[in-house]
Amino acid sequence: MFRDIYQTFVEFIRTFGALQLFFLNLLLHTPSVFIHRFRLVVLQVYNAGAVSIVIIMVCGLFVGAVLGLQAYSNLSRFNAEDTTGIFTAFALVKELGPVVTALLFAGRAGTSLASEIGLMRATDQLSAMEMMAVNPIRRVVVPRFLGGAISMPLLTAIFSVVGLLGAHLVAVELLNVDVGAFWQQMQDTLELSDVYEGIIKSVVFGVVASLIAVWEGYNAIPTAEGVGRATTRTVVVTAIAVLILDFMITAIVL
Amino acid sequence: MTTASDILIEVKDLTFTRGSRRIFDRLNLTITRGDVTAIMGPSGTGKTTLLRLITRQLVPDHGQILVDGVDISTLDHRALYEMRKRFGMLFQNGALLTDYSVFENVAFPLREHTNLGRRLIRHIVLTKLHAVGLRGAADMMPAELSGGMARRVALARAMVMDPDILIYDEPFAGLDPISMGVIVRLVRRMNDALGISSIIVSHDVQEISTVADRSFLISKGTVAASGSPDELHQASSQVVRQFIHGMADGPVAFHYDAPDYEEQLLGREGD
Repeated sequence: MFRDIYQTFVEFIRTFGALQLFFLNLLLHTPSVFIHRFRLVVLQVYNAGAVSIVIIMVCGLFVGAVLGLQAYSNLSRFNAEDTTGIFTAFALVKELGPVVTALLFAGRAGTSLASEIGLMRATDQLSAMEMMAVNPIRRVVVPRFLGGAISMPLLTAIFSVVGLLGAHLVAVELLNVDVGAFWQQMQDTLELSDVYEGIIKSVVFGVVASLIAVWEGYNAIPTAEGVGRATTRTVVVTAIAVLILDFMITAIVL
Repeated sequence: MTTASDILIEVKDLTFTRGSRRIFDRLNLTITRGDVTAIMGPSGTGKTTLLRLITRQLVPDHGQILVDGVDISTLDHRALYEMRKRFGMLFQNGALLTDYSVFENVAFPLREHTNLGRRLIRHIVLTKLHAVGLRGAADMMPAELSGGMARRVALARAMVMDPDILIYDEPFAGLDPISMGVIVRLVRRMNDALGISSIIVSHDVQEISTVADRSFLISKGTVAASGSPDELHQASSQVVRQFIHGMADGPVAFHYDAPDYEEQLLGREGD
């Protein structure tokens, strides 16, 4: 049994090392992709980002609404319902915005990135590019990675803003919290550093979620089952990585 | 007589193992410029692997693969990509880019490697598509094509950069007789009209004998026989005779290595 644990550990370290090298390779190609293939990056921002907007907005609205509801019902016990705005803003901007967006992104855009690249591998499209002297890392992987990494902070911003609107709808429109108190207290209390924390998280999560998606796709076993497994792993690994990183970043920033 | 300048590709003492299985053991062969060369062999002998080694999608354990005298395993990334521009490769299933139309697939290498204008690219692409008889399918998507059509589009794409060497991986597999005849004629016509060299991996003995100048029969990790189709037909070697005439019994066993039949069925193991 110890042998199995040891083997699993070695395998994990090896994969992690390979992932880092893969990441470095992507970074190495990033400047030239930005300069020479900017249109591909824009296309992928559209593919990863624009298609996720609806799901992000719907989820943001309801997460914000439920936060408003919970905040109101708990804070009103202490006659502090005017601080509903502060509570929801903190929760959304610092935590739920980046984390939930990253999880939704993994489910919506990450899976499609992984399965797309995995299928290209399975149907020899990547080999065909190699044979046409076109580097698939540069042509296929880096633009998708950048598209995802750029989309995430933008999606997070949209999520948080829509979430605040959702909280406003519930707290102000339905539960009659004073609209001035709701927004003014939020503005007075929330500092720029809180927003920065959310931005840092969304950037890190964007890089990590996109990296995992393209890595899983690129290294998928070229069979139907292999691509399916790569897609599943994308969601699972991203979720774990995002939640661990969220704790680590919060601990460092606070 | 072939002279040194006629030799396009020379494989020397190639050894390649995958896992514990030795796929090639000191394999030697030479491919002559201007010929249609066939690489044949029973399924599972590593014909496709050999193509991947020749194009350095895989790297040999030992031995050299010389293309025009240059050992391709020593090339750096840039030089390798320059070398690959001389190759056109047709994959087994076509490997068309599924996001792009037929036209864009054929235009892909031109857009990646040249600064040609739109009009010129359009002309070149339509010419190549016309050569494979699919000019009318330019706006179709790969998913709408039949297997034979997809392979013809892939052939147009492989030719579009005017390569010196066209490589076909199982171009006849799974095609109906008409499509097969079309591809056979295209292979020969492209080779002679464009003055290029072709390498075909296949196990379709009949089709190969109509198109190949020279064939290599690979079995058990080495070249079992080589020569023109006629020479192979008359060869006395048992492996060659079995393969060329499609006989079930011979040195290439029908049964994959297995434990004793009686033993296995009567359940001596797992009791």
